[in-house]
Amino acid sequence: MQIYLPIAELPISVLMVLGLSGAVGFISGLFGVGGGFLLTPLLIFLDIPPAVAVATVAAQVAGSSMTGVLTYLRRRALDLKLGSVLVSGGILGTVLGVLFFNTMKRLGQLELVITLSYVTLFSIIGGLMLYDALRAMLRVRAGKPARLKRRGGMHPWWMGLPFRVRFYRSGLYCSVIPIALLAVIIGFIGAVLGVGGGFILVPGLIYFFRIPPAVVVGTSLFQILVTMTGATLLHAVTNQSVDIVLAVLLLVGGVIGAQFGGRAARNLNVESFRLLLALLILSVGLRFAIELFIPPSEPFSVVLPESSR
Amino acid sequence: MRRLAILLAALAIGLTVSDARAETLIAAMSSHQIQITSNYTGSQLTVFGLVERDGRTVARGDPYDIIVTVRGPRRMLLVREKERLGPIWINRTQRRFPDNPVFLHVASNRPIAEMMSNETAQRERIGLANAERPAGTWVDLDPGARRFRDSLVRIMQAKDLYGYEERGVTFLSSALFSAPVDIPATAPTGSYTVDIVLYSGGVPLARQQTNFEVIKSGIEQRLASGAYDWAVLYGLATVLLALFLGWGASVIFRRD
Repeated sequence: MQIYLPIAELPISVLMVLGLSGAVGFISGLFGVGGGFLLTPLLIFLDIPPAVAVATVAAQVAGSSMTGVLTYLRRRALDLKLGSVLVSGGILGTVLGVLFFNTMKRLGQLELVITLSYVTLFSIIGGLMLYDALRAMLRVRAGKPARLKRRGGMHPWWMGLPFRVRFYRSGLYCSVIPIALLAVIIGFIGAVLGVGGGFILVPGLIYFFRIPPAVVVGTSLFQILVTMTGATLLHAVTNQSVDIVLAVLLLVGGVIGAQFGGRAARNLNVESFRLLLALLILSVGLRFAIELFIPPSEPFSVVLPESSR
Repeated sequence: MRRLAILLAALAIGLTVSDARAETLIAAMSSHQIQITSNYTGSQLTVFGLVERDGRTVARGDPYDIIVTVRGPRRMLLVREKERLGPIWINRTQRRFPDNPVFLHVASNRPIAEMMSNETAQRERIGLANAERPAGTWVDLDPGARRFRDSLVRIMQAKDLYGYEERGVTFLSSALFSAPVDIPATAPTGSYTVDIVLYSGGVPLARQQTNFEVIKSGIEQRLASGAYDWAVLYGLATVLLALFLGWGASVIFRRD
């Protein structure tokens, strides 16, 4: 069954979009990432104009993170105080990112910047996660606990910077400076790449601040909810590229997928899924690397004008 | 006064001469409007035409040939070329085509090469490669410009937005013909012109132009115009809908 998208201006198979968003929603629920980093390139691959893909995925990510936020709120696995610090830093980063985005667009090198960022970012993060997941699996196989215990008294220097704040729910007593800095970087990357940034925020909070993973996922989803709600509104007002029909389709598939992902996170072996996420992120990076390094069969491309109704 | 008389006489002769020679081309579209609704997956129109002759029309040694050219709305198109920079391939050169149709389909009853010489086709702007040829000849253009234009046509053909059907026009009788025009779902909204030219022995005999439009209708139209005219409300509605669906899912699937 095909449905015509009023803003993207092309018909699309309903079942395919539902299946696609369901699969991405599953991953999103499982790992507490928005899933935008997978959904946006997939939609562009389906011929949806990039501007429409980025803006509509923002709406989808807002909706699906809403489900996650409510679930984690009920389970008291969401640190609102930490979330507020992340949101304020994220807003600053988003503004800087949009400025950078527009500068690169004016210079005509936006596509290169996006491709290069995807390649480096996804290779580094995917590689780190793969290393960590493999190490954890090996430890399990050797009969040791998967994660190293948090050792008291051993704090990295950045946690001891001025403006220390106690985040009770995260069990964290730490300076707000590095946390806000991390949020600024993620807001910046998010605005440039059109992704929520959860896939950077989650490992960032775990590795740099040693916050329990259960709280990290809920808090990360809260930050994504706020920034993506703002992003959707901004896109709708400034460039009219939010496709409400596509957004609903993505949401229906996404929220259902996220529910199953959320349950799988509780019931299944998360260690092997961490490995899968690492491989997934690496393969997205690889896909962009291929585009960059392999001689194109068609060196020319035509940029069709943005819709003018 | 004498001059005027000569002019009138010349005009009269010219009129009778042309009256005695030329065929008239009559054309009609099966529809003048394509409406995009939520189940739209592209559409097909048919151009019908009649070559009208009367007792005074001269006999032709060559058969009639019909060429139909459909042009969509004109927009600015950008063609980019990827080049090697060190180990990576990036877009380096680009060329703008400021006033180019986003849709261009040509149909004829037999291959254009059989109807006329290459030079005539270029001069008369007949065929996919010539229809949007800029003023002047190819010789005037630098090879770069030609490469970019060829690539534009090639890529647009791959997207089905450009095309040439060398047997797309069918003569139903010696004078009546029809030509189907396929409009893919990705064809832009706007007004389209249809140019029909009658040829015989490589000489144009008559021309006719008609048009049709592709518009969004019903809910598609309301959503699209809402996104522009009430951008803030549209954005708020989308966000609220998204959050509502997210909340709904957490209620429906709640287990604990």
